[in-house]
Amino acid sequence: MSHVCINVCIQLYLLVCFLMILSAEISAAKNAEDIRCKCICPPYKDVNGKIYNQNVSLKDCNCLHVVKPMPVEGKDVEAYCLHCECRYEERSSGTIKVTIIVYLSLLGLLLLYMVYLTLLEPTLKRRLFGHSQLIQSDDDDVGDRQPFGNTRDVPSHSNVLNKVEHAQQRWWRQVQEQRKSVFDRHVVLS
Amino acid sequence: MAAEAGPSTTPGEEMNGSGNLMDILDEPFPDVGTYEDFHTIDWLREKSRDTDRHRKITSKSKESICDFIKSLLDAWSGWLVMLLIGLLSGTLAGVIDLAVDWMTDLKEGVCLSVFWYSHEQCCWTSNETTYDDRDKCPQWQKWAELMTGSSEGAAAYVLNYFLYVLWALFFSFLAVSLVRVFAPYACGSGIPEIKTILSGFIIRGYLGKWTLLIKTVTLVLAVSSGLSLGKEGPLVHVACCCGNLFSSLFSKYSKNEGKRREVLSAAAAAGVSVAFGAPIGGVLFSLEEVSYYFPLKTLWRSFFAALVAAFTLRSINPFGNNRLVLFYVEYHTPWYMAELVPFVLLGVFGGLWGTLFIRANIAWCRRRKTTRLGRYPVLEVLVVAGLTALLAFPNPYTRRSTSQLISELFNDCGSLASSQLCDYVNDPNMTRPVDDIPDRPAGAGVYAALWQLALALVFKVVITIFTFGMKIPSGLFIPSMAVGAIAGRIVGIAVEQMAYHHHDWIIFRSWCRPGADCVTPGLYAMVGAAACLGGVTRMTVSLVVIMFELTGGLEYIVPLMAAAVTSKWVADAFGKEGIYEAHIQLNGYPFLDVKDEFTHRTLAADVMRPRRGEPPLAVLTREGTTVEDVEALINETDYNGFPVVVSRESERLVGFVQRRDLTLAIKTARQKQEGVVSGSVVYFSEEVPPLPASAPQPLKLRRILNLSPFTVTDHTPMETVVDIFRKLGLRQCLVTRSGRLLGIITKKDVLRHMAQMLNQDPDSIMFN
Repeated sequence: MSHVCINVCIQLYLLVCFLMILSAEISAAKNAEDIRCKCICPPYKDVNGKIYNQNVSLKDCNCLHVVKPMPVEGKDVEAYCLHCECRYEERSSGTIKVTIIVYLSLLGLLLLYMVYLTLLEPTLKRRLFGHSQLIQSDDDDVGDRQPFGNTRDVPSHSNVLNKVEHAQQRWWRQVQEQRKSVFDRHVVLS
Repeated sequence: MAAEAGPSTTPGEEMNGSGNLMDILDEPFPDVGTYEDFHTIDWLREKSRDTDRHRKITSKSKESICDFIKSLLDAWSGWLVMLLIGLLSGTLAGVIDLAVDWMTDLKEGVCLSVFWYSHEQCCWTSNETTYDDRDKCPQWQKWAELMTGSSEGAAAYVLNYFLYVLWALFFSFLAVSLVRVFAPYACGSGIPEIKTILSGFIIRGYLGKWTLLIKTVTLVLAVSSGLSLGKEGPLVHVACCCGNLFSSLFSKYSKNEGKRREVLSAAAAAGVSVAFGAPIGGVLFSLEEVSYYFPLKTLWRSFFAALVAAFTLRSINPFGNNRLVLFYVEYHTPWYMAELVPFVLLGVFGGLWGTLFIRANIAWCRRRKTTRLGRYPVLEVLVVAGLTALLAFPNPYTRRSTSQLISELFNDCGSLASSQLCDYVNDPNMTRPVDDIPDRPAGAGVYAALWQLALALVFKVVITIFTFGMKIPSGLFIPSMAVGAIAGRIVGIAVEQMAYHHHDWIIFRSWCRPGADCVTPGLYAMVGAAACLGGVTRMTVSLVVIMFELTGGLEYIVPLMAAAVTSKWVADAFGKEGIYEAHIQLNGYPFLDVKDEFTHRTLAADVMRPRRGEPPLAVLTREGTTVEDVEALINETDYNGFPVVVSRESERLVGFVQRRDLTLAIKTARQKQEGVVSGSVVYFSEEVPPLPASAPQPLKLRRILNLSPFTVTDHTPMETVVDIFRKLGLRQCLVTRSGRLLGIITKKDVLRHMAQMLNQDPDSIMFN
């Protein structure tokens, strides 16, 4: 599996995730469990404090509908309900599920790719091409110092795979260059 | 200042009218007009390119229906880009919020039935929550309870502690490894670099796709690991990456660096908008803090992007209450004039803390930059994360996430609050609802909470200094707001108790009548948060707007303004720069701040190069230089451009040519044009004189010559020169005397000169 396939796969995967998240919110059926009215009633006279939850809609979200069974009776009901605070809450469980699963799978993919790049690829390359090839472009001082030096970077084959592989290598070299300026020379982003 | 006479051609452009037939048949050189990495763009060239493009499209639009539609699409492409930016930023912010919510709780326990629910979501449908223990439900168990079965006792506590620290270390290790391997530019806050980019600097890859992906993923990990950092700065970076991503789809923005920066300004507004749920505050933040040039067109488009982003985030509804931010408060209790005194005191505290933080953080970052500490980034992150987790677990106020802490501090104590902070002594015979009671004496819980809060304050003040600037995405807004909120709440409770116990003093007598609301400690927390944030970042209007959009209380504008203004004054007394400008200076970016004033009496002749004793100015002549000579000049020097003069004797200025354009043109000419050899003569003039047949083919480079470089005379005061550089976004300016070229002033020279005038180190300016 070359860098090419992995990069394309990651981009397709991200697109799919983005679409999934959007569709999850759009088509999230209002699960009956996803709305609730929460009433918190503090201690009153000799009644303990209690929390009441009910899956009612916004217009029914008040003390009289939610606090069942009513712990006090008669005239005290009004005073008790004045103490209580009722709040309507909504959530989208589908969105949460999709988001967390997408995020975890993305994280897992990135970790696998990282392990591959840092541990497996150098060993694979060494086994396939021998030791000498590893010392290829470590001195990639891509500057303007010798602009008229050998500029034979253009690959001779116009093979699509070769070109894309070349682009991948260029990305990796860019990342290495970034790493040098950020982590080693501390030039950008102290 | 004398603008060079002549047609205002730009490199790579067609020129109507007179011209050699050969000129028109010449192909333009490819890639001419693009910029090198870590260089500054030419704003004037970008602007005139855009005007030309627009004029071309408008003139062609009258020709056919197809072209008319194309011109319509071109006009609307800006709005489409804003829409896309808003959608993607809102989605990413929603994903980040949900993931952070879950992963933060993962450090303490897990939901058994549905593992992707956080603590609050897990207990959402449960009926077993009691009034005293609102957080407990059987579906969500702490790790100790899950592993050993017992939830109380010293062993369970130690196990929970150990696992908390372990999770924190794990998350931070993942974050720093991902940043290191995939996108080293994803670390830090991002706002200093974005400020520099928006002022015209190029950092290739800083706003790329991999940076976007890694920043989003590692931001969640960094925040969840319990480190003292926030996600607002990184969200601005994420939004700007989205802006860059979408602007590369349209050639109107991808080919023009100046137009792209307009899109990035708007994207920054969208970023702050989703971070705080404050669209207007976001636009003002982009205007005040981040952007360099902010034309009015950008104002409307930024607002649109911010609104779309806020709307998208709201529809994802990460916090379950149709709110955008975790600490949205809704009370409207009034405040009293006499309370302005503690508010101003909080402002002073904010200013002092801001100064302390900036100085300490810059010193620590400088140490990281120059000594061996900088060679162990992964180890540094692990040590700081471990230390933070170790010290944060025992204190219940630091154990939970900082956003939840702020939310609790901002909230007023009603019957819904069961926290220790609201442990006031209630009169059990009270028949009125709890809210209506004037201030009550604090119970033991409140005093215990005060101690813990004071310890949390000291902890946060110290640890944030070491956290901001590490090699993981880190923001500064939430920790500063936390510091301010803690200080504010402590002051608020102190004032409240003083008002209760000494209600016969003069100031309190009219203030707290029985039956009237008295002191609201939550408001003090908000004011403290605003003061500390203002002290660190030196925001003014945008801070107040963000704070009142956060709270929804227009009544609190005056206290917020009082605190913000005081903290800015106090902080400015010690040093003029906010944290972002200080980091820009630390990194040596070529950022010519619009807010600085240059009031010294130096002249252009004092700053220009070459100085006395330096080698003479490297110039090219209009005709007579061979390709070989030009190549040698480019190889030997590292100047970014060369002035072109009529001849070495007369030294009259013709134009200016950029090094990159020259290099590319010669390279292309050698490859594509026949007959161009080292002995070919380079002509920058319009007409080439007839040459003998044996002479090699001449190389015409008039296309890449800028015929209208900016010039000043040597007696121009530097004040004017700095103003020109700032207002026009110049990179270099030529100095003439009596019409003859004398020298050159570059942006780097200007910055070095300003640094010298301020007695700072002029060698710290590193880039051009």
